[in-house]
Amino acid sequence: MPERFEHLKSRTFVIDQEDIDTDQIIPARFLTTTTREGLGDLAFHDWRYDSDGKPLDNVSLNALDTRSHRILVAGRNFGCGSSREHAPWALHDFGFRAVISSEIADIFRSNAAKNGLLPILAPPEAHRWLLEHPDVEIEIDLANQRVDLGNGPGFDFTIEPFARHCLMEGTDPLGFLTAHAADTDAYEARTA
Amino acid sequence: MSPETERPRSLFEKLWDAHLVKAETADTPAILYVDLHLVHEVTSPQAFSVLAERGLKVRRPDRTLATIDHATPTLDFAPGETPPYATEAARNQVETLQANTAAHGIALHGWDSPHRGVVHVIGPELGATQPGMTIVCGDSHTATHGAFGALAFGIGTTEVGHVLATQCLLQRKPKSMRITLDGQTRPGVSAKDIILAIIAEIGVDGGTGCVIEYAGEAIEALDMEGRMTVCNMSIEAGARAGMIAADETTFAWLKGRERVPSGPGWDEAVERWAHFRSEPGATFDHDVFIDATKIRPMITWGTAPDTGIAVDAPVPRARSASHRKALDYMKFQAGMPVSGQKVDQVFIGSCTNSRITDLREAARIMSGRKVAPGVRALVVPGSVAVRVQAEAEGLDRIFIAAGAEWRQPGCSMCIAMNGDKGEPGQLIVSTSNRNFAGRQGPGARTVLASPATAAAAAVAGHVIDPATLTEPAHA
Repeated sequence: MPERFEHLKSRTFVIDQEDIDTDQIIPARFLTTTTREGLGDLAFHDWRYDSDGKPLDNVSLNALDTRSHRILVAGRNFGCGSSREHAPWALHDFGFRAVISSEIADIFRSNAAKNGLLPILAPPEAHRWLLEHPDVEIEIDLANQRVDLGNGPGFDFTIEPFARHCLMEGTDPLGFLTAHAADTDAYEARTA
Repeated sequence: MSPETERPRSLFEKLWDAHLVKAETADTPAILYVDLHLVHEVTSPQAFSVLAERGLKVRRPDRTLATIDHATPTLDFAPGETPPYATEAARNQVETLQANTAAHGIALHGWDSPHRGVVHVIGPELGATQPGMTIVCGDSHTATHGAFGALAFGIGTTEVGHVLATQCLLQRKPKSMRITLDGQTRPGVSAKDIILAIIAEIGVDGGTGCVIEYAGEAIEALDMEGRMTVCNMSIEAGARAGMIAADETTFAWLKGRERVPSGPGWDEAVERWAHFRSEPGATFDHDVFIDATKIRPMITWGTAPDTGIAVDAPVPRARSASHRKALDYMKFQAGMPVSGQKVDQVFIGSCTNSRITDLREAARIMSGRKVAPGVRALVVPGSVAVRVQAEAEGLDRIFIAAGAEWRQPGCSMCIAMNGDKGEPGQLIVSTSNRNFAGRQGPGARTVLASPATAAAAAVAGHVIDPATLTEPAHA
């Protein structure tokens, strides 16, 4: 179960690249796992390691302290590609708690919100500012759906209300669905 | 009747309305009923674990259909032998699905099934995929099933758990987009060329947040395999789902399949299914029109599926830093055509292009020709049934005589997690759906193409428009 998400004050880590697909976030050959834990070492694997599996020296992701940098800022259309939930599992385990872009792919966005990784859509101006000002401290207020950029153009964002509720409570939506089993019974009786 | 319900509805709206267990509110998404849940080994183990942790059962094992496809080897092995898995983890993953499906009473098309195969090939093949259904799977290419007039989309593993436990999903209603292809395509233009042209037109995120309905003369003219190819790649334009209204082509294809009704039940089903089409005057959030007569055989030059161009066209000038990075990765230069590039491997397969008509197209090109020296060509049928059919038609002998490898069914080199893969720097012409960097192996360079174009590349040894191949010696 993810931790409760209310406020987050942390520094940003910027990857100024568009269309970062799920194969970049976690390559498919690592998807033979049957658990969701411990995938952080595999996040952006092929960017971080050489063909022998040795960490590359010149890759800033390898030097990143995610205790102080919990917010990933990425180019437009982050998380496109596959439905693998391993992508947000890996990013969360790596240490990120929020991802900000001007556009985030549908399935990734849905998966992220269910795993304590807050997906935030930024307006173009704020997104550009974040890309151009790497490594800044910003503050995310989920209850008020507000991002404060310090010297930059702070912005309001919207997240689907139920997803927000689940993030703030640290709950999975499964309980909501099981509580409506009688409605499903009625639907099945009606359509049988 | 209120004016609201009199408004002409689209196919998508009809399917959405028909599956509402509970309508959405400001605070909560809709509860949507799922008619068919497809399950495979990669995205399900953690979902079954959640059920076990919470002591939940699978609500409708009869509406759940499982197969093994992603991590499975495509090499031959003798009956009774352990399949030659690439890794212990792959073997464990398949065995985990075997155990989970057995524990929950779910039908699994495993190693001994005559219907084992790629999940998006076997659903339609069994007639499990039917018009008017909601179909989900922990797999982004689930939109394939929309070719039958179904609402089909990919979900994450948490949602796989939701559907296993409750047969329902929480969903906000997506937006709608209609893509109309005006006119007929030229001879030699396949469904793969059509969808690559559509994605190039609207972009890799052009369909984000949308369910796409494909319509128009060129779509209606496609056979079911072609329609599946088109719907399959909807996600490559960012769309949740893609769909095509069911018609006589659909009904003829489904008739007699294992899971569709027969006798009087068949006529009733067809009458019901015929209702699932957009009414005249139905509106969409986005309407896109594409001139089908202008579409040419396509190939991609970059590391995103929207980089399709005509096979002999020059690679366009980079419009962004991402494009420059893609050109560097692909070792292509702007202004130079992809046509003529030396090829290392050819992959014919995947949920996009591994059906019998795809293999016939590839065999038509390879017949009487040889795979060029230094090229490895892999032909991987989408299912055991496709493989059996291809062998009955002698297609396997054509591939083998040409020097291609005729494999057992599976996802294979599309996702490269079963040991079938490209090597760093290799150029692979692939009939699959994604050309992301490293998708077919670290450093491997993928160009997406139709089965005919891929087969032509295999025999020519370089990328080529199949229409310009010289005649084989025996002709």
